[in-house]
Amino acid sequence: MDVRSQISLVFHLDKCIGCHTCSVACKNVWTDREGTDYMWWNNVETKPGTGYPTKWEDQEAYKGGWKTDGKDLELRSTSKRKIVPNIFHNPSQPSLDDYYEPWTYDYSELFNAPEGDDQPVARPISMITGEPLEIEAGPNWDDDLGGSEVYAANDTNLDVLSEEQQQQMKAIERMVMFYLPRICNHCLNPACVASCPSGAMYKRGEDGIVLINQDRCRAWRSCISACPYKKTYYNWSTGKSEKCILCFPRLEAGEAPACFHSCVGRIRYLGNVLYDADLIKEAALCPDDELVEAQRRTILDPNDPTVVEAATRCGIPEAVIDSARKSPAYRFAKEWKLGLPLHVEYRTFPMLFYVPPLLPVMSISEGDLVRSDVDELFAEIEKARAPIGYLGKLFAGGNEGKVRYALRKQLAVRVWRRHVTVGDVGLEAATQALIEADCSPEEADEIYKLTALSTWEDRFVIPPFQREMAMEMITDPHEHRSAAGFGFRDAPRRS
Amino acid sequence: MNEFVLFGVLPYVVMVVFFIVTIQRYRLKAFSYSSLSSQFLENQHHFWGSVPFHYGILVVLFGHVLGFLAPKTILSWNAEPARLMLLEVTGIAFAVLTLVGLANIMIRRCTSALTRRVTTRGDWIVYALLLVQVLTGIGVAVFHGWGSSWFATNLTPWLWSLVKLSPDVSFVAPLPFMVKAHIVNAFLLIGFFPFTRLVHILVVPNPYLWRRTQVVIWNWDRTKIHNHD
Repeated sequence: MDVRSQISLVFHLDKCIGCHTCSVACKNVWTDREGTDYMWWNNVETKPGTGYPTKWEDQEAYKGGWKTDGKDLELRSTSKRKIVPNIFHNPSQPSLDDYYEPWTYDYSELFNAPEGDDQPVARPISMITGEPLEIEAGPNWDDDLGGSEVYAANDTNLDVLSEEQQQQMKAIERMVMFYLPRICNHCLNPACVASCPSGAMYKRGEDGIVLINQDRCRAWRSCISACPYKKTYYNWSTGKSEKCILCFPRLEAGEAPACFHSCVGRIRYLGNVLYDADLIKEAALCPDDELVEAQRRTILDPNDPTVVEAATRCGIPEAVIDSARKSPAYRFAKEWKLGLPLHVEYRTFPMLFYVPPLLPVMSISEGDLVRSDVDELFAEIEKARAPIGYLGKLFAGGNEGKVRYALRKQLAVRVWRRHVTVGDVGLEAATQALIEADCSPEEADEIYKLTALSTWEDRFVIPPFQREMAMEMITDPHEHRSAAGFGFRDAPRRS
Repeated sequence: MNEFVLFGVLPYVVMVVFFIVTIQRYRLKAFSYSSLSSQFLENQHHFWGSVPFHYGILVVLFGHVLGFLAPKTILSWNAEPARLMLLEVTGIAFAVLTLVGLANIMIRRCTSALTRRVTTRGDWIVYALLLVQVLTGIGVAVFHGWGSSWFATNLTPWLWSLVKLSPDVSFVAPLPFMVKAHIVNAFLLIGFFPFTRLVHILVVPNPYLWRRTQVVIWNWDRTKIHNHD
């Protein structure tokens, strides 16, 4: 048993209101520099939709993630075999067109325009060339366009649905959309790290955060096509790839990452989990529909004495194990089985889990009237507007049962709480709903509390990083300071 | 005297600059070691520049190195006229491939507004030197044929005399102007090398082919604590 600690994340999609506060917080902190202007380490997509970069889920084109023949794993893009012929031109690399050309406005025209009959206009200009620009796309260009023929219809996940179901999803009264906030998943089996020819990318051993060593990145661009989530970005100015760093400087100071801290809907949870690194390969070889369960198996129970013993032997400090016991990520993803990984079939084992949205049909409009469509208080999950098949493709490698389980349990918690707080649902019906959803009243209360009432401390259980101690284990800090403290760093620029 | 400066002194000056600057740059400004790819900004034309150029120049360079390291092998191969012809034609073909690639790279750098934005003066110096190098190389191959043989008999001994620190320029002195231009420009290229993006050649990622798939960096010494069974 090779026990390691990993920062794991949960996004509760039923709570996301699509306000993009997370994206803006991240942008302001990390990617407001030249070359990073088009990067959105955190972005919020509308589903169904094509996302950012456009159609990032189309792995036929981008060749992201791993593929397996059941015996071995291979990168779909530049595996060791394929790097040599592809290093001069990466055939599956997205280009600026797949994102958008960043722009600003020439505000001086507002002040300098000569007097005339027309209102002066600030023309859009490219942030790369400085030339005037026709804006054709931007971040969140398909925001809220869940039924659009141009955007939503090109969602690659719709393939699993029948033609009839697809048409239904577009029908105006059944129009379905929900928000999908995305950051780097800090995967257990990251394709980006595995693909980096320079070995510049790595997982931090103590918390699993995936980072790019900027001094070693040589712009071979393998990570960009290898990451199936397109969460490494190429800085066109410095010639280095950059990605979400999970605000590790904030985490090390005990603060939540900027996007987590600023989240208005409080949909985000963060905590560490213990996992067994020895199980990853075996898990990654499973067929698509078994992957969710396989990934859950790699996550260990921090209350199990054998796990604690093994973790201690692997050098994980007691305080970190203790933190894993309180982790909201552990509860959502493993204990309650509500958290599901995004596109687990890419076999990178993302450590960001999504609680799938319920999206019930609550009412139907007939002419000027709006009437309730449900006889009962809560609609059946099968009646939900987003077909389970669609959610299954997104969150469970096609295993609809996993999605159904998570949705049913969420619904049961609502029924149960309705019984407790309002009382118009009988005890028998409420208990029955819980039993059907494999949930106890105590668990339902816990889920309710962590979902609806959670405080900052409940949502973000940040393990102590103890980097100062870690440093002492490698070198004498005084020696380290004099050897590596200052100097030799200069501003990133093209030479 | 002139000959001695160009072929007996310049190579040493260039090599000293090359080693000192590349090493210091790696030590102090590792961040600047990058291939500075612009494929992200322009994805179509890129293929027709970068791919033929790199494959062409790799083969041509390999030929030069082979002539330097194994002149006898080259000479015995060339003893048969048909084989000599084959070697010459192969060399010219890959040189032309290099030229096509380089031309595409330069056109692409001019025509696309996006790539113009990330093209520096250093890039143009590299392109100009490379263009002169490839053109003189093709010129030598066409007008002063059988270079693979006389490289082995004349230039290899001269290069080895440089390595042995007793430069003997008499091997080079009688050669035609175009050959001399090719040689001098080659050393200029090496001299500019450490100041430009060409340093990416030195960090070609060969360890990738042998390293473990995943990279994990620990901030504690795992071998001491971790008695993994």
